[in-house]
Amino acid sequence: MPSPEPSKVAPPPRDGKAELDRAFSELYRSHLRDVFSYAYYRVGNHHDAEDLTEQTFLQAYRHFERARQESDGRPLRPWLIRIAHNLAANHYRDRARKPQTPIDDTHVITAPHTTEDLVAGREELGAILHGIEELSTERRDALVMRFALGMDNREIARAMGKTDGATKVLLHRAVKQLEGIVRG
Amino acid sequence: MSGEATSESFEHALRAALRPVDPPRELAARLEGTLQELSDLAAEELESWELGAMRDPRNWVRPVAAATVGAGAGAALVVLRVRSAHRRRRSRDPLQLAQRTLKAAADEARRLRR
Repeated sequence: MPSPEPSKVAPPPRDGKAELDRAFSELYRSHLRDVFSYAYYRVGNHHDAEDLTEQTFLQAYRHFERARQESDGRPLRPWLIRIAHNLAANHYRDRARKPQTPIDDTHVITAPHTTEDLVAGREELGAILHGIEELSTERRDALVMRFALGMDNREIARAMGKTDGATKVLLHRAVKQLEGIVRG
Repeated sequence: MSGEATSESFEHALRAALRPVDPPRELAARLEGTLQELSDLAAEELESWELGAMRDPRNWVRPVAAATVGAGAGAALVVLRVRSAHRRRRSRDPLQLAQRTLKAAADEARRLRR
């Protein structure tokens, strides 16, 4: 049997790969802060948040091409956050544990605030961070996505695999419950 | 104060408490390095695969399947893992090496297909 030329056997999709890598790099730069913020509020400390962020982007790199095709031009941020969410859930399921570290609120206490904040708000900010730990994971996640990441209802719905309506209700209840805890 | 106004001020406080957190610079540098390495190694491996392993007709079928299954990012990881496996288990026997390559590529392709 004659040997075909090597270049005709399995042409590697180099151009496609280069384009994919460029697109992934853009996605990474745009959303590193989002993923890290989500991870940080989810796991409660910088060290685990770094690990979760790394794992999220490596996983995203593996499935990026398919996700891009299936997204049909929609933003991929909800997809990234969903990966982080699933990895965090697996992490806690595997080790049969819940987040044990309270959210480190150092960044809130030490960050520059206005005089008004310092007088009236600092205690409340701390109370919010502690109160949020009493919420269910689902409510906590929804609040982080809305207030830390600035995601709208539709994006949150996609990240959580819910309908827009269910997401709206979830957010409303989460805010109310937290408000009851903090100001109760 | 009405309930709505209370909620509004509470949402304002929530925004202030749940501010985005900047990732450490080391994380960004490390992650960029890892992703760049993945990309470079994949390209390099594709080249050597093409020039070396493809000369042997016995090696055609499975790599073609692997490349088809995981074009782009997926393929990059197939070759990366195959490469890692080679590093762990170097062999001087070319036939054995080729068999391991094919097995590793097929395993990885199956994993990506799932």
